[in-house]
Amino acid sequence: MANKMISEIPLPKSIANVFAARNISTAKDALSLTEFELMELLDVGLTEVRSALSQISEIVAPPYQTALSLMEQRFQNEHLGGHFPTGLKGLDAALCGGIPFGVLTELVGPAGIGKTQFCLKLSLLASLPTNYGGLDGRVIYIDVESKFSSRRLLEIGLRSFPEIFQMKEMAQEMAGRIFVLRPSSLSEFTQSLQQIKVSLLQNQVKMLVIDSMAALVSGEHEQGVRRQQTLSWHISFIKSLAEFSRIPVVVTNQVRSQSHDEASQYSFQAQSRDGIVETPTRYDSHLVAALGIHWAHAVTTRLVLEAKSGQRFIKVAKSPISPPLAFPFHITSSGISLLSDEGMELMGPEINSIHCQGHNEIINFRMESLV
Amino acid sequence: MEIWRLPISASQRGKLISAGYTTLSSLSSISSSDLARESKVSESEALDILKFASHSHSGGSEMSSGNCSIFEGAQNAWDMLHEEESLVHITTSSADLDNILGGGIHCKEVTEIGGVPGIGKTQLGIQIAVNVQIPHGFGGLGGKAIYIDTEGSFMVERALQIAEACIGDMSEYNRFIRKDFQACEIRMQPKDILGNIFYFRICSYTEQIALINYLDKFISEHKDVKVVVVDSVTFHFRQDFDDMALRTRVLSGMALKLMKLAKKFSLAVVLLNQVTTKHTEGSFQLALALGDSWSHTCTNRIVLYWNGNERYAYIDKSPSLRSASAAYSVTPRGIRNSSSSCKRIRMM
Repeated sequence: MANKMISEIPLPKSIANVFAARNISTAKDALSLTEFELMELLDVGLTEVRSALSQISEIVAPPYQTALSLMEQRFQNEHLGGHFPTGLKGLDAALCGGIPFGVLTELVGPAGIGKTQFCLKLSLLASLPTNYGGLDGRVIYIDVESKFSSRRLLEIGLRSFPEIFQMKEMAQEMAGRIFVLRPSSLSEFTQSLQQIKVSLLQNQVKMLVIDSMAALVSGEHEQGVRRQQTLSWHISFIKSLAEFSRIPVVVTNQVRSQSHDEASQYSFQAQSRDGIVETPTRYDSHLVAALGIHWAHAVTTRLVLEAKSGQRFIKVAKSPISPPLAFPFHITSSGISLLSDEGMELMGPEINSIHCQGHNEIINFRMESLV
Repeated sequence: MEIWRLPISASQRGKLISAGYTTLSSLSSISSSDLARESKVSESEALDILKFASHSHSGGSEMSSGNCSIFEGAQNAWDMLHEEESLVHITTSSADLDNILGGGIHCKEVTEIGGVPGIGKTQLGIQIAVNVQIPHGFGGLGGKAIYIDTEGSFMVERALQIAEACIGDMSEYNRFIRKDFQACEIRMQPKDILGNIFYFRICSYTEQIALINYLDKFISEHKDVKVVVVDSVTFHFRQDFDDMALRTRVLSGMALKLMKLAKKFSLAVVLLNQVTTKHTEGSFQLALALGDSWSHTCTNRIVLYWNGNERYAYIDKSPSLRSASAAYSVTPRGIRNSSSSCKRIRMM
């Protein structure tokens, strides 16, 4: 819509010609200039500029929908009103059905906590037919760190849905719906994304998993501001991909330790006279999600996976619908599962913090039990 | 040279100046045909130029008309006071927050609300879009809402939850307060509330500019719209712009249009903003995004932040309200007062 050609908009002939003469060919060019600039550039009066702009704006502006018709449309056309159940009952209940369609859902946590395991389970679920709770479609799994294990995928399938996976043809059919891409650089990733966008709908892709987003960026050598900007394009692109195709998009993210000069307060907080709560003390193991604050704003749902006092938790850190709940979970041969469907409600910014205590013991223990 | 003030094209202006007409008074006593001949413009153009000139000139000559129109388009402060007192507000459903806001979100003004991810900006936006619909009998505006979603964070299920809670609160109010009177029957259903929210989904900054231009016409056709929520105004402007100066110009143009809308239709405009880090005074601090020039353009600015375990709102900038902060909470019913009862409002 933004790249609509001026020639396609029914403007009075005189002004349309002037736009063309001054090389303003798309609506984007015209709308990026202020009224005054257009007057100077096109050498026409204010009223003509205003009327041309209002005509262009009317055509380029998106149509509206009432929230009611939006809801009805979603419930009519989409699986469970636009939610993909993860199979973890407590989590699905909190998220009002499951992972939402059309927006980004982030899984963030320290290494080895279970993010890839969760992604494998979700990919499997999405490929299953709808009577088994799946989306009955293809899954694109972008595996940046080469962690995708099809052996593990089939093991999860066999343990969770033995009636399907014991039959070799069915197992082949389901596994055959998951397509793994292994981009080795950011530019390859960019290319793959663009190809995916074009062929998404006709190939019946029902879910996109990117594991992991942070690894793509950390592989590049650009630092600081430039890195932020390269990521901005991808964030925008993935969001619009999710939006127009109305599929769930799951992205994993890494953690990094919080640096000393990390911004955590506003200027007015530092200035206040009476001593309010002081800056939260920094622990050595104080971890934060990688990729920065712009990314944190862009994801709609953030699920934090952490380990605390020997127990693993999955926390709903950011969600438009769910209260801040934490669910204990563990990983077995049939994938990730909750130890309790009753989440603990956490107060305050605690929900965002990522702990990594007592973690090493868990990895060793679990690795033994998986063999 | 007063000719610069006329909204005419550069070439017309050039012709006038080269013909010797540099001030407005020089145009006051000439006929259109003479003007056309002297400055070599067409008759119709000359007529337009004279019309513009007389329009801006007439303001100065009416000193005698006692009341408001001494200066064309100006209003004296006494009349404005009367207007300001009868200003309506949109409640946020948290009494503490309404208190520091002077009653709620002001109509006829642009209010910017910013905060870190997960603090409750979208929640507040949805709450306001629902609360604007509270009928007059319950102290509300009985209006409709426009929700402009640039990030896809609007969740219909959540809006439904908040709408149900709002109607629940109104019924409770009915039962406790008005039990002696003819109960003002609540005929509103949560679905009706959803039906009164006009939802636009924006996918690029061009669409954002186009929509804000188009809102004038849209709201003229839907006069009962009383609030425009933009969630968030930042997203499409944080990338795609290599030319920062262009971004500043586009943003200020947008802000001006929104202010005009707010004044023209007496509605409230709520802009939700994101947060970025800024290096000031030797350390990194959080600040609202879009830069320093943007921070000048909005009338009111509220920052939502974490203070310990509580969510707080701080009035960062307002022409009439004191700097103060108040605690609020996000509950399954929407935005409400914070549950802890100690010292909730603090004046800075």
